[in-house]
Amino acid sequence: MAAAAGDAPSGAQASESNHGEPNHGLRIFLIWLVVSVVADVLIWVVWGPHLPPGDMATASNGQQFDIKVMAVMAAPVMALVLIYFGYALTVWRQRDGDEEDGPPLHGHARVQATWITVTSVIVLFLFAFGTYELTTAQGAGAGEGPSPIWKPNGTKPLQVQVIGQQWRFTFRYPQFGGFETTELMLPQNRWVEFHVTSLDVIHSFWAYQLGVKADANPGVDNVAFTKPTQLGQVTVRCAELCGLWHGAMFDYGHVVSPAAFASWASSTRTQLASVTKILPPYATTYDPTLVPNINKAMAKAGIAGANGYYYPPQDPEQP
Amino acid sequence: MSLPVRVATLVAAFVVVVAGASFLVIHYLLGGPPVEDFTTATAGHVNVTMQEDAQNTVTSKPDWVSYFIKSPSTSQWVHTTLFKVPAGTRVNMTILGYDGCTPLRNPVWSKVTGTDGNVVTVDGKSTSVINSWSGCNVGHTFSIPGIGLNVPMASPPLTATLCGTSPCTTGPHTVVKFSFTTPKTPGDYFWQCRVPCGGGFLDGFGGPMQTIGYMTGNMEVVS
Repeated sequence: MAAAAGDAPSGAQASESNHGEPNHGLRIFLIWLVVSVVADVLIWVVWGPHLPPGDMATASNGQQFDIKVMAVMAAPVMALVLIYFGYALTVWRQRDGDEEDGPPLHGHARVQATWITVTSVIVLFLFAFGTYELTTAQGAGAGEGPSPIWKPNGTKPLQVQVIGQQWRFTFRYPQFGGFETTELMLPQNRWVEFHVTSLDVIHSFWAYQLGVKADANPGVDNVAFTKPTQLGQVTVRCAELCGLWHGAMFDYGHVVSPAAFASWASSTRTQLASVTKILPPYATTYDPTLVPNINKAMAKAGIAGANGYYYPPQDPEQP
Repeated sequence: MSLPVRVATLVAAFVVVVAGASFLVIHYLLGGPPVEDFTTATAGHVNVTMQEDAQNTVTSKPDWVSYFIKSPSTSQWVHTTLFKVPAGTRVNMTILGYDGCTPLRNPVWSKVTGTDGNVVTVDGKSTSVINSWSGCNVGHTFSIPGIGLNVPMASPPLTATLCGTSPCTTGPHTVVKFSFTTPKTPGDYFWQCRVPCGGGFLDGFGGPMQTIGYMTGNMEVVS
């Protein structure tokens, strides 16, 4: 950039500029200004509402806003590079019969300083912006561990525990007797507090339209918040390579009206009562390798076996 | 190096590379366990018989637990977990449980789902829940997540001496029966065991749990 012939004519160039050479720097600036304004308006107004992951929930809406901001910031930078490139190819190309060497290139302190300052400001702004967004409701869809930075105030969220296991997510509703189901059902316009964990390997709970993506680690309670604002279907995928059938570890959840959710929760609670009573008490994490009842059963049968664990201490034999 | 030698070297190297790639494709991608074909429905249903064993003495991994499928054409036990069934058809499953108990990692899979009536018959007795945490009574599960099917496999008594040669033909075992209807849409539906029965692997979830032909496989639904 600093060597731009049209930006900063000097030496031989300067003498040419003084002899009717147009002001290339001004031309490029004006073209860039128009293109940038048009691009930013189009990005914000036309493309923005369709950017992923949509606006079905507060978290996804926040992520869409963040992407719009970043796109609006990036578009002028990209436009400047492309416009300068195109302008140079068009205006400063070698013409037929022109065997003359180009003018010597010189540094230009003001252009260099401006470029470094502007790009630094942009990067630092995006750094500060991104960091701030993570501390607000906008970033609450990402799992932030057991002590999330942001929590909804003055409201009682619906708690949903997401349990990853090869190769299915199950969902536990502690406020409804702790039943566990393979269905993800959520009410509209109520904050949801996901507690994401795993019973085996590392998974990642990715509810795309809700803007929620939280790692499911065994022994870890990873909390994420979102508030579904629109009715509809939610795609749930595992976003962490987790074994043979990782690619098939997806399903669909649903955002329904509060009345429909209450009805579903009530009927499902009744329907699953026979299995709910044998589930371990609700906890934010589980140690599925310890099954005390099995120990008792084996001891009763006179078998030392695995001492209440799945396998004896020498297992695993290999990592 | 003369031109003929260089050409010959190039051709030889090319042949080696092509042969190696062909071997990989044939051996690893196109190879694998056979697919048992149950697509000939009789009176609107097909009968599929399987067994799960504590070992398999027919492969190079004798200490890996494994399912076997009884071939509908030869009535012989085949070491595979791949089978093909017609769409929209009732499948009557019989699974012989020869393996001993291992508790479910998540007791939610104690509940039978996706079968006719959401029940299973174990040794002639119908039940909808087999609680593997109350006693050592579940060996494996047969689960097809794509159609919401989950059936815990009851195991022989804790003190039983298990069959040691597979496929098992004698020894203590349970007889688990259930039926379900295949989807009307053709496609591949993977199935798996939910008991971490890969002994010797991290948390029991390696080896046979991650290998087609042992504790996981595929149900191909065809039109």
